[in-house]
Amino acid sequence: MTHQHHNIENNTLAYSIEKNVEVHTQKCYQCGKCSAGCPVAEEMDLPPSMVLRLLQTEEPANEEKVLRSMSIWLCVTCEMCLSRCPMEIDIPSMMDFLRQKSIKEKKVNPKAKKIIAFHKSFLNSIRFTGRLFELGLILDYKRQSLNMTQDITLAPKMISRGKLHIIPDMVRDKTHIANIFKKTRNK
Amino acid sequence: MKIGIYPGCSLTGSARDYNESVFALAEAFDIDFVQIPDWNCCGATAAHNLNKELSLALPARILALAEKHGLDEIVVPCAACYSRLVVTQHELKKNPELKNRVCEVLNMDYRGTSAILNVIEWIDKYIIPKLDGKISNPFSHKVACYYGCLLVRPDKVLRYDRAEDPQTMDIVMSKIGATTVEYPFKTECCGAGFSVSNTDIVSKLSGKIIEDAEHRGAEAIIVACPMCHSNLDMRRNDINKYWGRKFNIPVVFITQAIGLAVGLPASKVGLKRHFVEVNIS
Repeated sequence: MTHQHHNIENNTLAYSIEKNVEVHTQKCYQCGKCSAGCPVAEEMDLPPSMVLRLLQTEEPANEEKVLRSMSIWLCVTCEMCLSRCPMEIDIPSMMDFLRQKSIKEKKVNPKAKKIIAFHKSFLNSIRFTGRLFELGLILDYKRQSLNMTQDITLAPKMISRGKLHIIPDMVRDKTHIANIFKKTRNK
Repeated sequence: MKIGIYPGCSLTGSARDYNESVFALAEAFDIDFVQIPDWNCCGATAAHNLNKELSLALPARILALAEKHGLDEIVVPCAACYSRLVVTQHELKKNPELKNRVCEVLNMDYRGTSAILNVIEWIDKYIIPKLDGKISNPFSHKVACYYGCLLVRPDKVLRYDRAEDPQTMDIVMSKIGATTVEYPFKTECCGAGFSVSNTDIVSKLSGKIIEDAEHRGAEAIIVACPMCHSNLDMRRNDINKYWGRKFNIPVVFITQAIGLAVGLPASKVGLKRHFVEVNIS
């Protein structure tokens, strides 16, 4: 891969991003369109353009700030930033990479716990049944997030509308799904 | 005529109404759907947030199964699943090494040859050409077409509609008698997968989408994604609480609106399962 702007040091986060997901953070010239269009920028500690700027500095302290930020977890992957970026920088792919890196390095922002608990409950549900079991997901999430009272009135309303399975709908080849999870673990 | 369909998990549960309308429409237009045998979850947001390889392997299994069963065209009514499937096909085409790795994980052949249609493409190809003379109950209402994110983005990969002010849903709605309002919130995010883990964000973002549609005099918001529908409809109480006002506008799947227009009863297209009462017909 040729670096289009300048050679970034190979021990930096910007370099790992380039190497793993082919996103060139140096291309950003801070126009701010990503942050202007981002639906959750108001809730973020670092708007997307700021994440890019911090990565460009190649400073370990700034990289740390990014990996410990709440922004990487608040990104909903709506893809608006990529769609509007004049340099076509794939910020959503970069965010996916940063989330996985943040978990691996145990730098997850404490406020992101509920969001990660939900994702984990979701994957747990499909690991065993191959298809999402919404009721199981909600119960497992409540257990993981200790959020017992949330949406307590919603489930009966969903059931009365026929919108919630009581028994999971499963794939037949559960071993195949289990093997896919096993082979892709910790990648 | 036989076409493959990947319903995805939502359509078997919280979006059962959407599923009923898609299948009712297929029946009304003599389309024979074949479900991809033993299909699995696409992995959704959780997989791509936490594990890139898994987020490609799960959709690849679905596509490989479709190929194995000779389904070279598959309809994906859920916009989120549609986006995951198309993105996976794109990534594996772009990177042969990654494709080999995924085939190894799956222990299956994968060629990446299936044509993946979103719900509007399916309607355009199989419903619209046969619409003449079928409309017994024109959907003569003023509506706001809400596309959401994943039907149109990432636009350079999906290459479907334009990313800003898309038109495909508006065109379909005008063909069944509706008038569509100018609507700048067409592709703003509803809060998506945060429905449970960060409901306040959903209430805030979905509220903006609803408020503007009401403000423009729309009688209904038309959607083509189960996640958008559940945030705008099932979460309406949370939205009303967050905004301190009561929004009444119903949220209707585009397939439900077409179903009504061709004379299908409201119950057959799942309209009785909504949280916000649908008082137009």
